[in-house]
Formats: sequence, C-alpha cells, structure tokens
Amino acid sequence: MSYVLSNGKPLLSQKATNDGHAENSPYFDGWKAYDSDPFHPTQNPSGVIQMGLAEHQLCFNLVQKWLENNPEASICTKEGVDKFRDIAIFQDYHGLPEFRNAVAKFMGRVRGDKVRFDPDRIVMSGGATGAHELITFCLADPGDAFLVPTPYYPGFDRDLCWRTGVRLLPVVCHSSNNFKVTRKALEEAYAKAVEANITVKGLLITNPSNPLGTILDRDTLREAMSFINEKNIHLVCDEIYAATVFRQPDFISIAEIIEEDQEYNRDLVHIIYSLSKDMGFPGFRVGIVYSYNDAVVECGRKMSSFGLVSSQTQYLIASMLSDDQFIEKFLLESAGRLATRHKDFTDGLRQVGIKCLNSNAGLFLWMDLKGFLKESTVEAETDLWRVIINDVKLNVSPGSSFHCSEPGWFRICIANMNEETTKVALARIQEFVQRNGDKLNRKEKCWQSDLRLRLSFRRMDDVLRSPCSMSPHSPIPQSPLVRART
Amino acid sequence: MEPASVRKHSLLSMIARNGGHGEHSPYFDGWKAYDRNPFHPTQNPDGVIQMGLAENQLSFDLIEEWIKNNPTASICTPDGVGKFKDVAIFQDYHGLPEFRQAIAKFMGRVRRGKVTFDPDRIVMSGGATGASETLIFCLADPGDAFLVPSPYYPAFDRDLRWRTGVRLIPFACDSTNNFQVTLAQMESAYAKAIEANINVKGVILTNPSNPLGINLSKETLTSLLSFTFEKNLHMVCDEIYSATVFKSPAFTSIAEVMQETECNPDLVHIIYSLSKDMGLPGFRVGIIYSYNDQVVNCARKMSSFGLVSSQSQHLLASMLSDEVFIEKFLEENSRRLGKRHSRVVEGLKQEGINCLEGNAGLFLWMDLRHLLKEPTPDAEMELWRVIIKDVKLNVSPGSSFHCPEPGFFRVCFANMDDHTVEVALQRIREFVSRGNKNGDDKKHWRKRDLRLSFTSRKCDESLISPRQIMSPHSPVPQSPLVRART
Repeated sequence: MSYVLSNGKPLLSQKATNDGHAENSPYFDGWKAYDSDPFHPTQNPSGVIQMGLAEHQLCFNLVQKWLENNPEASICTKEGVDKFRDIAIFQDYHGLPEFRNAVAKFMGRVRGDKVRFDPDRIVMSGGATGAHELITFCLADPGDAFLVPTPYYPGFDRDLCWRTGVRLLPVVCHSSNNFKVTRKALEEAYAKAVEANITVKGLLITNPSNPLGTILDRDTLREAMSFINEKNIHLVCDEIYAATVFRQPDFISIAEIIEEDQEYNRDLVHIIYSLSKDMGFPGFRVGIVYSYNDAVVECGRKMSSFGLVSSQTQYLIASMLSDDQFIEKFLLESAGRLATRHKDFTDGLRQVGIKCLNSNAGLFLWMDLKGFLKESTVEAETDLWRVIINDVKLNVSPGSSFHCSEPGWFRICIANMNEETTKVALARIQEFVQRNGDKLNRKEKCWQSDLRLRLSFRRMDDVLRSPCSMSPHSPIPQSPLVRART
Repeated sequence: MEPASVRKHSLLSMIARNGGHGEHSPYFDGWKAYDRNPFHPTQNPDGVIQMGLAENQLSFDLIEEWIKNNPTASICTPDGVGKFKDVAIFQDYHGLPEFRQAIAKFMGRVRRGKVTFDPDRIVMSGGATGASETLIFCLADPGDAFLVPSPYYPAFDRDLRWRTGVRLIPFACDSTNNFQVTLAQMESAYAKAIEANINVKGVILTNPSNPLGINLSKETLTSLLSFTFEKNLHMVCDEIYSATVFKSPAFTSIAEVMQETECNPDLVHIIYSLSKDMGLPGFRVGIIYSYNDQVVNCARKMSSFGLVSSQSQHLLASMLSDEVFIEKFLEENSRRLGKRHSRVVEGLKQEGINCLEGNAGLFLWMDLRHLLKEPTPDAEMELWRVIIKDVKLNVSPGSSFHCPEPGFFRVCFANMDDHTVEVALQRIREFVSRGNKNGDDKKHWRKRDLRLSFTSRKCDESLISPRQIMSPHSPVPQSPLVRART
C-alpha cells in the first residue's frame, strides 16, 4: 500500500511512520526463537526458556486462595453480582474511592508504613506504560528532555518519547561503582544538554532499578532531590518494583526523602506505580500516577480518561488490597520466595564462575558475562547473545537493549517460571560454560559461525508480549505467556 | 503563543496549561446543581434529575442473569478461578484471541450479519475516548485537521485535539433538513478549509449520531464515502451507538457501504466501544477497527497505553460469544429503548414540545426554540438555567454540542427507571403550564433571577464526575450515578 498520496502528502501521521514505537531494533531474535520453539517441560523440553519477561509468577496460589475466600470481591460471583450494575456504569475518572483508598494504603504498607499516601493524589492510568506517558505529557513539551540513568528499561524510549515528542538523555553509570547514580554524572548530563540547547524538564529514576535489581541508597536519593531542586526540574520516580525488595537494605521511597527537608519543592516530585510487578497482575493494567503537585494531579486526572482502570478490576483490587491481613502475609511470602529464587540462581551461576551484580530487589539478575566476550564491544555482546539464544536456548536480554554503556551485561528474569524450569535453565547454563570453558575468553570465533538469526521487527523487552509478525492478518498464536507457563 | 521564556520556565507542559481538556467551559451549572441536589425517589424526590448522561441502564437485569448462569466467565468464581493466573499475567497487546473474536462476531451481529469483521483488525484502547485519540495520533500530525458535522459530541474537542494538536473543523447541519448531513455541506466545508490552507486529513462521522439520535442513510454514507475517496481523505466512523437503533431505518455501517461502493480501504476506520450498546462504560472497552494494515499495526503498538483489563476481556469474550444470549439481548435492549423513547416523546408532545424524529441513541434532541425569548445562544443558556433551577432537570444545551441554531437540548432517557421518567415528565408538564398561566412565556424567564453561580466544569457524558472540584484534595463522594440509580 502506498504511504504517500498522489498529491505527495503522507497518508498517515509521522508518529505512525517513524520508529518511535522502538520495536524496529535488532533485538528480536530472542523473541522469535522463543516464539517458534517455546520450552515446555513435557511437550517441548528442549525448547527456548523465556527469561526476558520481568514477571512475578511466584505467589498466585496465595491470591487464588484469597479469591476463593472472598467471593464478594467480584461482581460476577453470586455474592457480588448485585453490585454489577453500579460498577459497570462507573466511569468517574477519580476512580472508585475504595480503590484509591486501598492503593494508597497498600503503597504505604509496601514502604513499611514509614510514609502515608493521600488517596486524593492517586491518579489512574493504563498500566505503568500509560502512567509514564501521562506524566510526560503533563510536564514536558515536544523537544524537551528527561535525564535517565543507564542502564534503563527499554520501554521508556516508547513510553516517554513516542507520542509526546520528548527526548531521553542518558546519565551514564558504570560498573566500577556498581552503576551508582552519581551527582557528577547528573551534572555532566545536564551540562551537555544545556550546551546542546536542549531544555531539560526532569530526571527519571527507577527505584528499585530495572534492570539492575538494586535500590537507591539514601545519599543517592538526597543527591537527586538536591540536584532537581537546584535546577528546578522534575523528579519522576518509578517505584513499580517497590515490593520486590526481598532482603536488606530496606527500600527507601522518595516519599520518605521528601519529608526530610521542608525546603524541598514538592511540586517537582512524582511517583509512578503499578500492580504489574509487585502483585503480578500485568494483565489488569493498573497504572498509578502519584504527584505532590496539585496542578499535575488535576491535569493528570483529566488525561486519565484515555486509560482508566476497568471498574471491574478497581473493585476487585480495592477489596484485595484493603485486606490488611492478607496483604501482610502476601508481602512477606512474596519477599521470601523471591529471595529463595534469587539465591538459587546466584548460587547456581556462581558454581560456573558467573557473577551477578549484588542485588536485593526486582524479578531479574544483572549477569556479568564480560569475561565471555571476545572483545569489549556491542557486536561481541550481540554475538554472545545469539549463542545464548541458539545454543543455550535461553531468551535473555543483552545489556545494550537497556542502553548500558559497558558491553557484556545481560538481564535474566527469574520469577516467571517454576522451580523445575529454574533447574533446567541453570543446568543449561552450567553445561554450556563447562562445554565451552576452554574456548571462552580466547577470542576465537568458533561460536560465530552460522549463528546469524534472521532479524525480525519485534521488540525484546518485558512489555511486549506478542511474538507475532507484523502483518495484522497473520493468525495470532496463543500467547507465549500461556505456553511458557510450566 | 507564549514567549519562549515563559514556556521554558513553566513547571508544566503547554498541554497541561492550555485548557485543551475542555473543562473550563460555562456549562457546569447543571452538573453542580445535580451534584448538590441529586434526585432520589424516596430520599430526595425534589432533587435534580440527571438527564445529561448518555448511559444505557435499561438492560442490566439481562446481563446479571447471564452472569449468574455463566460462572466460568469470571476469573474469581470457584468455577473460573483456575484461569486467574493465566488471565492476570496476560498483557499481550493483541488482546486475548477469544476477546477479539467475540468482539468481531458481536459487531457483525449488530449489523445483522451484513458484514463480517476480521478479529485481526480489532485493536483495543482505553474506551472510545482512548480509541478516538489513538486513531488520530495514527492519522494526523499537529496542525492537521478533521472535518466534523455539528452538532457533535463535546468531548471530541478533548479526545481528538488535546494531546494530538490536531484541529477540528465543524460544518453545521441545521433544522431545515432535520440536521441531515449532506454532501454539499461537506464539500463546502472542505473547499473553505483548503482555501484557508488547512491540511485536511479526514472526516469524522458519528453514526448513529450523538446528540441527534438518528442514523445516516445509506445514500448519504455512500456519497460521503465517495467524496473522501475522491479527495484522499480518511473516513473515521464512530459507530458506538450502533446497537441502540430501536426503530427503522435500520442501521447501515460504513463497513456495509464499502462493500458496494468504490473506495480505498486504507482510508476507512471504525471506532467502537461497549459503553453504550451494552451499558458497560466502566469496563473501558474501546475498539479501533481499521481497514488499513499500517494503522492496525501502529494503533496496536499504541494500545499499550490503554489496553482493556484482561479480567474484563475474559468476561466479555465469554458473554459476547454466547450467541443465544446476544440475540436476545440485542432484541430486548432495542425494544426497551424504543418503548422508553416513545414514552418520553409522547409526554413531551403533550406539552407542545417536539423532538427531532429519532430512531437510535440514548437521548432525544428536543426543540425548545419556541421558548427562547430570542434565537440567541444567550437566550438558550438562560432557558437552560431555568430548566436546571426551576424544572430541576439536568439536560444539555445545544451549544455545548456546537449546534449553531439556539434552542435545541439533548435529553437522555435511558439512564433512569420508569418512575423517574414520569417524575421528569410531570415536572415539564408543570413548568409548561406555569408558563402558560403567566401569559407570555418568554417575558416570564427574563424577569426571574436566573443566575446560577458559575463553576468551571464540563457538562457532557464523558465526564461522569460532577465532582471535578478543582482541588485534588477534596474528598470524592460516592458517584452520583450510584445515587441517581433508583
């Protein structure tokens, strides 16, 4: 079909035809390999194991039990159906009051009740994806920029930039100090922007970090606050992994820092939240924008009409999250299971000499495979990655997809599978390292041969679930998520 | 245009500051009056009756019965909870295959089997609100324009323009031909726009029409489609009221017309939703159906900003694919709408009030020109205030729909029970007879002290909350929808 009309004018918008969706990157071999050959413990035991999806699948039994015991939380059970019509017609963009109250309470619980959240500042959005776009639309104009420490979640490129026209400028972090975000790096990035005549509107930090799985310490958070106050720019804190902290040190939210000094300008601070990671409900699209700026809450709320949370889901979540006893048990149990899974993997990897960044949060590990690269380049990292997909048959995510400045790091997701699959994945890694032990680090190209997989245009990050080809006409196979579930 | 210095130093974006959300309009007296004093048959029988919300509340009993008989449709019932995990983790932006199939089938049923829809062209969005915006993001760049016949749904101003930067160019339909859209009017509007050097990208039609409650005839649709084909314009048809047709002429979809007329499918797109036809606005089920592959692709990527909750997808997939139920629902729903419509039309006619002859929608287009003291927008507003304050009915003045002819009002009739309808009609009866007793009706309004205090809130059905008090701190009371339901 023609993209240009006979009069020379374009048929579609620039946004429809540019690469802002960020899916045209070469990092789709992994998805395609997984898609065409997904692991199943009995039906396809030698298939590709999905380790590129940051999902929390470890606590569904707890949720299921709660649902069985709380039928009135649903508008479809016989206990709850009399609420159906009230809920089905409810489209108030303030959200169900009980939903906002429950989310505010939950957010406080997750932070050990060290801070309280105001339900009237809770604004809904279409998942964290929608939340990020929404806050960006409120704070920045096309051409403006946000600083973001690297490595960062690849979805930001789309969420913050695509339809908003806003840019992301990296604040480069290095492994030499465990990827800490330093004041120096912040100042450097800011100065560079000023020199290039780019208006910086804010700083976006993810805490706990994706892909690192680490939390920001108090000093770093204070530096960030001091930095943004000095420059009079916004601070957007993505805290969607807040409840995935499974070990000391304790999580410190920006909500805590903001209370430490009356001089901080609260109008600059905003939190992005979601239930996709902490509770494991990405399908429910529960995105939250929490802003300390009244005008942003107001504007954001009006914009939320473009992506409200289904009232059916609000109602269920309101009930679940306000069950204090259940939530306390859930959070404790979740942390425990994540800790165990984390240990299983880090122990297993250590056995074959693979180190990971020391982390205490998240649904993944930041694996150091620098020693396995034939040279310290992105190309070498990509080569190694293809080996991992093709030979080891694990879909992991290469550091370059997270804009990591140092080649050789890989994120592997560990909470989206059961114990059996964990063992299989570890065994494969161990076997691979042992098999290639003497070849590794010897700069030989023996694993380069014939490993080029056909590039396709799909995105490899934990947001994009569909491994489907571009034509909308292709029959859509069953989601790999369903197949991946073992 | 703000000076660059203002823009640069402003904390919020231009979009956040420009009022493009449309809520700073004077049409909020009705909402405020309703909000402060909502009607309740026993608790507040003198309160304001809400007739400004286009909701379909007539057929919930049918849905509730279905839900009781189909426990597997929910992921929270004992019968359905086994699916909870799979559904809760499903965030694939293609949507559940069964959901897309059910929607496609339902859309076909609503069009009496005259067209079939391809499930692979179904793209989700955050309600029709999100669907409209996303589609415009795909089709047009900032500064481009869409032609739209007026009167039109007020929230188009926000949905199509606010964050997209696209313009709307209304062309007026008037009472001389019963507000029919004509090719001549569209041609003239187009020519004017071209002369003014405006880049017109397409037209947007709402069929059946809101606020008029009438269908476009096949002939008219055909001629308009041909025109857009000739000029290479996009044809966007909002068909969200398609199943609210309760009387002939039968609904003709653009999908049907395409089969019989030469056109470029790449230019044709349908917006759909379950908010009106099924009465489920809270579930945020917006659908974009495009015949343009690239638009499907792009919109699908954008749908990440507003996917339908997988919980709701699952429920609706089950409900909409129950053919026996759907057939019964569509028939009974139509019948009830028709009956309600007749009653209200008859009641108004008895008082000498005529309505546009409508056959669809959840509202009437009421003609009160004879009650205006002069045919001006101010006089219309004055009459409107009387209706709110004296008659205590929250109806919507034609000017809020950009109707250039003063004196028309949209009256919603499907969001209340029979008793409330009678109360409303009684009030109108009393009002008219009071007016007759006082002789010259027009002089009568002029003398009264009719000023209500202004608040800046929007009066249209997309903003269900009349609680848009500007401070985000205000406690949000229970939705008036719940209270209004008698």
